[in-house]
Amino acid sequence: MRTKIWPSVGRVSQLSSADTETLEEAAPAIDEAREAVLAEITARLGEGVVGSHIRPGDDLWIRVDRANWVAAAEAAKAMGYRFFDFLSAIDWLPSPFGRDMDSQEDRVVSGTPAKEPEAMVQGYAGGETRFQLLARVYSISAGMGITFKCDLPDDDLTAGTWSNVYAGANWHEREAREMFGFSFDGHPNMINLYLPADFVGHPLRKDFPLLARRVRPWPGIVDVEPMPGVADEEGEGE
Amino acid sequence: MTAISDPQSVAALAAEAVDNRVNLDFETEGMTLNMGPQHPATHGTLRIIARLDGEQVISAEPMCGYMHRGYEKLTEVRTYPQINALINRIDWLGSFANEVPFILAAEKLMGVEAPPRAQWIRTILFEMSRIANISLFLGDFGLQLGGMTAGFYAFRDREWVLNQIESATGGRFHPNFDRIGGLKDDLPKGWIESSHTAMDKLLAFCDELEDLLVGNEIFQARTRGIGVIPAEIALSYGLSGANLRASGVDWDLRRDNCPPGLVYDKADWKVWTHPDGDCFARTWVRLQETREAAKIVKQLLDTIPSGPVMAKVPRIIKVPEGEAYVATENPLGEMGYYVVSKGDLVPFRVKIRSASFNNISVVPWVARGAYVPDLISILGSLYFILGDIDR
Amino acid sequence: MTLLLASFAPPYWLSTLIKVLVVSAVVPTTALILGMVFLFKIMSWMQSRLGPQEAGPRGTLQLLADGVKFLQKEDIAPNGADLWVFKVAPLVVLMSTLLLYVALPASMHLVVADLDVGVFFVLAISSLSVIGVLMAGWSSASKYSLMGALRAAGQLIAYELPMVLAVIGVVIQAGTMSLNGIVVAQNESAIFGWSGIGYPYILTQFLGFFIFIAAVQAELTQPPFDMPVAESEIVSGYQVEYTGFRFLIFFLAEFATAFAFAAIAAVLFLGGWAVPWLPVSSDWYYVLGPIVLFAKVMIVAFIIFWVRFTYPRFREDQLQSLAWKVLIPLALVNIVVTAVLKVVL
Repeated sequence: MRTKIWPSVGRVSQLSSADTETLEEAAPAIDEAREAVLAEITARLGEGVVGSHIRPGDDLWIRVDRANWVAAAEAAKAMGYRFFDFLSAIDWLPSPFGRDMDSQEDRVVSGTPAKEPEAMVQGYAGGETRFQLLARVYSISAGMGITFKCDLPDDDLTAGTWSNVYAGANWHEREAREMFGFSFDGHPNMINLYLPADFVGHPLRKDFPLLARRVRPWPGIVDVEPMPGVADEEGEGE
Repeated sequence: MTAISDPQSVAALAAEAVDNRVNLDFETEGMTLNMGPQHPATHGTLRIIARLDGEQVISAEPMCGYMHRGYEKLTEVRTYPQINALINRIDWLGSFANEVPFILAAEKLMGVEAPPRAQWIRTILFEMSRIANISLFLGDFGLQLGGMTAGFYAFRDREWVLNQIESATGGRFHPNFDRIGGLKDDLPKGWIESSHTAMDKLLAFCDELEDLLVGNEIFQARTRGIGVIPAEIALSYGLSGANLRASGVDWDLRRDNCPPGLVYDKADWKVWTHPDGDCFARTWVRLQETREAAKIVKQLLDTIPSGPVMAKVPRIIKVPEGEAYVATENPLGEMGYYVVSKGDLVPFRVKIRSASFNNISVVPWVARGAYVPDLISILGSLYFILGDIDR
Repeated sequence: MTLLLASFAPPYWLSTLIKVLVVSAVVPTTALILGMVFLFKIMSWMQSRLGPQEAGPRGTLQLLADGVKFLQKEDIAPNGADLWVFKVAPLVVLMSTLLLYVALPASMHLVVADLDVGVFFVLAISSLSVIGVLMAGWSSASKYSLMGALRAAGQLIAYELPMVLAVIGVVIQAGTMSLNGIVVAQNESAIFGWSGIGYPYILTQFLGFFIFIAAVQAELTQPPFDMPVAESEIVSGYQVEYTGFRFLIFFLAEFATAFAFAAIAAVLFLGGWAVPWLPVSSDWYYVLGPIVLFAKVMIVAFIIFWVRFTYPRFREDQLQSLAWKVLIPLALVNIVVTAVLKVVL
């Protein structure tokens, strides 16, 4: 194969080889590197860190309070986490529109007594509110990422903007705004990104009905119904 | 991580200069040019509202959403295997590569690992979809700069890869071949030999394209020094893949943070970077990436282990409770899925981190002060797929 | 043709009518031939495609089918268009093309008007088309059209100059501005006393030939100089609002102009309709002249279209700097060297 070498060819990094150790192979029970990152963030934010979770050798979740949301970004950037991955949100409300036709909503319509509403269970690093901001940054030198979470109270869905710290957060915050109905203080261009300007509702909220699914029952339900007399877990892979 | 090299700091300074110039009082009356949603250079329905001063772009603001399909919402009502068919359509030129990170995330939550043979085939198909994707980019970029022959050559030689993908998976564009715990099927007979042939054709295509397009003086005049993105800007906008490496950042998820389930460490290959950060650098890095991908495929084809292609997984897949983020180095850049599971048939929430969304969000920064033809170079070299922006 | 008609001694109105009919038949024919051979077939082969296959034997009638299709389309004008200007603009472009053919000699007498200043005439007339382009761009009421028209205007003005300067070398060598005179001069001159192949001026004016061809590419708005109609940037520029018949006229004009310029290049640099060994006064040229000219035109056109299908496009400012900083100084050097050698030798 011919390869022309241009005048300003970039440097070539080292070869990857079979003995390159990956993070997964080590998988220690206690992940010292991530513990250290968590400790440093805690040191920088003090009381701001309200929850954390470490999956050893894999990932780190840190939950900060709303006042420290922007400070968390600044701290992470100062620590070398300069690559911005994404910013989004999670609505922890159990969906009133289940995948089945016996969901909460349908029972209300058909007059069937309501089921006991499922409890709202937040994921890693805990949480108290329905809406949680979710953002991830990455350090190329350390080869690790941090997933930040932040509780937003239902009555005031605002947070500070990350776009002054990570410029790429601009669009992600616009998306989070229209999809969840948040607002971000200090954002330079808080207009809809995807949805038309006159769109009503916030599609990614769990209580926003997916109309197509309401009109036509879930076609896939046929595939996953257990065969008569076969317990769920018995099936084997092909 | 390299230091910011010279053209990059020049670009940063130039951006400041443009800021100052745009704010001048004696600015003549500009013209607002609405490019798209139907425009030949946006290959899809991206709309760019550009304010022009003559032919110079004062500001360019992409407007997306003309193709938004609400995948993040749809994933909440579909089972994991169904989602697999859905997310094929995100980056439709490298479909198989879309499936892999999602399947890997599900496997991570379930604690399942695919058998070695499946991992090998996964990696091979992953790289093949990279080749199918990027080879089309190389031709299409030439097309956008007016050299139409390159585009036809790309379509011609991409067939070799698509044929291989088709004969292995049954689908040219949307394989839907990856499964939690392995693959749908084993490879057909004779596939390894024909894949070797296809990779040789592709390597020859890369050489041909280098002669025809990348080495062309006009091409270089149109791309060198145009749309320079400094490394620091690229990082903070979350640019990934070749766009980031072209800014001199030596980072490739395949090498640096390869999730288990892909076997990139079993092949000998290089990660190419370019210090300039301009349109030429992005094209050049992608050209080299195509070659490396072909080399990876050829090496893995020779070392493919025998054995089953599917692990023992339940027939009805319920993913245990948990959260996982798995990202892979897709043709367009880092593609990741943040999967939140509640132990149900369907995921509770899937955040799709697609590469083009971040890659294209840098356009307002980089397009300021460029000329209209440069805007085409920039858009072309950043290389977006509309489905990957809008999801 | 003058002599031919003179032998029949038709009245003035009849000879004029015949000339008009011939030119207006030749122009679309040449456009069809170039479009078919180069745009469809050779381009397809260069790009590893088959090209048209269905219409006529091996797809040869495809352009006719396309032409008929264009004629059937509705004639649409945009809402805000300046209607009168919008409709006349394609005709102005076509007119400049038709006038080019007036001075083109297909043999000593097969010429509509054998002007003494033929070179001057064709170069002057060819730049008329920019008026039509500007009219089209301005009246279309579209930003893309306007940008395309302004690009075209800037480009044509910039490339008129190197084209004229490139031709001056030939004129100096031939000592005449008549196109037929230049052909005769090439046929009858000798290279250092050896008159085996006449003296096609491309041997000495290769620099002029190169500049002329480059300028022709720019005049024709073909890649690498196709910014006025760059489809990936400004969506075909000034043509974007035109449909059907009027678009067809632009298309015809483009290819007929390409043919005319290739013919001019053949006349100026390749010996035109004459072949060596056969004196220009021979009567064979009534038949042979057009064939020879056509063959040479196809050679030149092949070069033009080869470049068109291969190169990407320049940026507007790069094109200007190429014209003003490279081509014009080169052409001036060429003139000086030619003039000095003409005097010395």
